[in-house]
Amino acid sequence: MTLTYRNVFLVLFVASLYILEGATDFWIFSGSWDSSLKMLNFALVGAIMALGVNLQWGFAGLFNIGIMGFVALGGLAAVLIAMPTTPGAWQAGGWQIMAGLALGAVTIVSAVMLLRWLPKGRMRTLMTFALLVLGFFAFRAVFDAGVANVEAINPAATGYLGGLNWGGENYKDYGWLTIVAWPVGGVFAAGAAWVIGKTALGLRSDYLAIATLGIAEIIIAVMKNEDWLARGVKNVNGLPRPVPYEIDLQNDPGFIEKATSFGLDPISASTLYTKMGYVVLFAIVLVILVWLAQRALNSPWGRMMRAIRDNETAAEAMGKDVTARHLQIFILGSAIVGIAGAMMTTLDSQLTPTSYQPLRFTFLIWVMVIVGGSGNNFGAVLGGFLVWWLWVMVEPLGQWIAEVTTSGFPVDHWFRIRMEDAAAHFRLFTMGLVLLLVLRFSPRGLMPER
Amino acid sequence: MDFLNAIVALANYVIVPGMAYGAQLALGALGVTLIYGILRFSNFAHGDTMAFGTAMTIIITNGLLALGITFGPLPTALLALPFGIIATCLLVLGTDKLVYRFYRQQKAAPVILVIVSMGVMFIMNGIVRFTIGVRDIRFTDGERFIISVRTFKEMTGLKEGLAIKTTQGITVVVAIIVVACLFWFLNKTRTGKSMRAFSDNEDLALLSGINPEKVVMVTWMLVAALATTAGVLYGLDKSFKAFTYFQLLLPIFASAIVGGLGNPLGAIAGGFVIAFSEVTITYAFKKVLGYLLPENLEPSSLVQLLSTDYKFAVSFAILIIVLLFKPTGLFKGQSV
Repeated sequence: MTLTYRNVFLVLFVASLYILEGATDFWIFSGSWDSSLKMLNFALVGAIMALGVNLQWGFAGLFNIGIMGFVALGGLAAVLIAMPTTPGAWQAGGWQIMAGLALGAVTIVSAVMLLRWLPKGRMRTLMTFALLVLGFFAFRAVFDAGVANVEAINPAATGYLGGLNWGGENYKDYGWLTIVAWPVGGVFAAGAAWVIGKTALGLRSDYLAIATLGIAEIIIAVMKNEDWLARGVKNVNGLPRPVPYEIDLQNDPGFIEKATSFGLDPISASTLYTKMGYVVLFAIVLVILVWLAQRALNSPWGRMMRAIRDNETAAEAMGKDVTARHLQIFILGSAIVGIAGAMMTTLDSQLTPTSYQPLRFTFLIWVMVIVGGSGNNFGAVLGGFLVWWLWVMVEPLGQWIAEVTTSGFPVDHWFRIRMEDAAAHFRLFTMGLVLLLVLRFSPRGLMPER
Repeated sequence: MDFLNAIVALANYVIVPGMAYGAQLALGALGVTLIYGILRFSNFAHGDTMAFGTAMTIIITNGLLALGITFGPLPTALLALPFGIIATCLLVLGTDKLVYRFYRQQKAAPVILVIVSMGVMFIMNGIVRFTIGVRDIRFTDGERFIISVRTFKEMTGLKEGLAIKTTQGITVVVAIIVVACLFWFLNKTRTGKSMRAFSDNEDLALLSGINPEKVVMVTWMLVAALATTAGVLYGLDKSFKAFTYFQLLLPIFASAIVGGLGNPLGAIAGGFVIAFSEVTITYAFKKVLGYLLPENLEPSSLVQLLSTDYKFAVSFAILIIVLLFKPTGLFKGQSV
C-alpha cells in the first residue's frame, strides 16, 4: 500500500511543479501560464516518446538509441501529409524521382535474391557486386535528373514535392490533416523500424545500440540533404495547425466576449486557448496509448515479453519465437515514437532537420525512462513530465545558483563572470547527474516495475 | 605526365587526408577497444573524454603561449599534450572510482554500464562546456605546411600540386609512436601481459593472482592518453568544437567494430578502412578521371558517389555490412 501512496505523492509533486510555474513567480518560476502550458505540451510529447522507449527497453530489453531518427521520420510525415502539393512538381520530376527510387529498390531486392539463390563462391560475390554498381549508376542517372527539376521550382519558397494537402493556397484551412499525419508518422517509423529490425536485431545489445545510433544519423543526413523531399536545411515552415490561429480568435467577437467574461485580455486568452487545444489533443493521444500499453503489459503477450526479456534461452526453450517477438515490439515502440515525432512537428508548425540532436531527442528520452522507472508505463510517463520540467527549468535554476554563489563578489570579478557564463551550460551536466544518481541509488526508477 | 598528375591529385585530396583522419580514428578506436576488452562495455563517453583532454590541452597551450613558450615550427599543443593527458587521467580515474567501480563490483550487465556511460557522457560534455564553451577553437601554431602546393609544383614541374600540412604529418608520426609504445607495453611488459590475460579470460587471470583493480586503473590511464592524443591531433588538423567530438563517436565505434571489438590491431585497421571509405566515396573524382581518361571520355559530372554530408552514412553502411557478414569484425574480436 505504501507504494501507491508514494505514487500518488509523486504524481501530485510533478503536477505541482507545472502548476507552480504557472501560478507563482517565486524563486525560479516564471508565473506565466503560457510558459507552463508550453512546457506541458512538450512534456506530453516527451512522455509519449518515453512510453515508446519503455515498450522496447522496459518490456523487451531492446537497447535502441536511434530514437531521434524515428522522431524525425514522424516529423517528415507531418510535412508530407499536411503541406500543400507544390504545383507542377510531380509532372516536372516527381514521377522520375519515384522511378529512380523504384529502380534502386529493385536493385537491392535483386541483389538480395542473387545472394539467396546463387551458390556460395567468388562468382556470387562478383555478380552481386556488379549488379549493385550498375544499379547504383542507373539509379543516380534517373534520380538526379528528376531531383534537379523538382528543386528548380521556386527554390526560395518550395523546391520540393510538397505534401498531400489539396487546399492549394488555402491549405491552412485543412488543419485537421496534421492529425491524420500523426498515425502516418507512426507508420513511417514502423516501416523504418522493420528494415532496421530485420538487419540489426540479431546483433547483441551493444551492436544494436551502435547500429541504431548510426541509422538515426543517416535518417537525419537524408532529411538534411534531400531537398526535394522536405526542403532539407531550408526547413519547411508554416505547417497547418489542428487548433485555431491566435489571430483568428482575436478577430472573433464571440471569443473576445468570452475572454472578457473570464477577466482575460483577448491576446493572452487566445494564446492560452490554442495551447490548451494542443494539451487536450496530446493528452487524448497519451491516454489512448497508455491504455493500450497497459493492456498489452497485462496480457499474456506482455507476460511473454517480460519472460523473454528476463531469460531469452528459457523463453526460446518454451517455444517462443524470440526474434519475431523482438521485431514486433521494436516496430511497435518505434511507431509510438514516430507518432510523437509527428505531434512535435505539428506543435512547432515547422520541420527543421538541423534541430534534431541526439542529446536532446535520444539520450534525454532515455533519461526520462530510466528516471521514471523502466518497465512501468506510468513511470515512463511520469519520468517524461519530470525530466522535461527539469530540462526547461535547469536554465533559470542555473542562473539562480550563479546569482547566489556570486552575490558576494563584485560585478566584474572573474568568478562571477565565469559562473554567469557557465549557467547556460548547466543543462547537460544536470541531466547526467540525475541519470547517474537514479541509476546508483534507485536503479528501478521512481515508479518501479511491479 | 597525366598519369602522374592523376596520382598527385588523388594523393592530395584522398590519400593524405585519409591517412591523417585514419590515424586519428585509429587512436580513438584503440581507446574504445581497450575499454571493451578489459571493462567489457562500449564507452559512449569516449568522444567527450577526447573533448575534455583536448580542452585541457588548449587551456595549457594558451598558458604556455602567454608565458612565451613555443615549440618552434611545431604546434605548441604538443608540449601541452602530456599535461592534458595527466588532467584526463585524473578525470577518468575519478569517474571510475565514483561511478564505474560500483557497477563492476556488482557485476552489473554490460548494457547497464553502457547506460551509465551515457550519464558520464552528459556530465563530461557539461564539464567541457563549463571550462571552454561551445565555440569553434583553432589552436594550431608554428609552420603550416611541410610541403605547400607551390613548392611541390616548383619541385616537380607537375600541373597538380600536393600539399602536406604539418598537422597531417604530425598526426601520422605521433600515431605511429603512440601505437608502437602501446604494443610494446601490451606485449612486453608484465602489466601489459596481465591486461591481455585479463581481457582473454577474466576468471583465469584472477586465479593467477592478477589484481583486477590495477589492470582497470592502467587501462583507464592508457585510454586517457589515447583519447587525449587522438582528440588533440584531430583538433590540430581541423578545429576544436565540443559537439564535433561527440559526433566523432560514430566513426570511432564503427572503426572499433569493423576491426573487431577488443582487438587493438583491428582498431587500427578499422580506423583506416573507415577513414579511406569515407574520403573516397565522398570525393569528386572528376579531376582524377579527367587526367586518366582520353579527352572525349572526360566526365561531365563531378563523379562523386555520395555528397560529403553522407560521410556518416558511409561508415555505418560498412559497419552494418561487416556486422552482418562477419560479426566479430575483420580481425577476430570478442563477442560476448
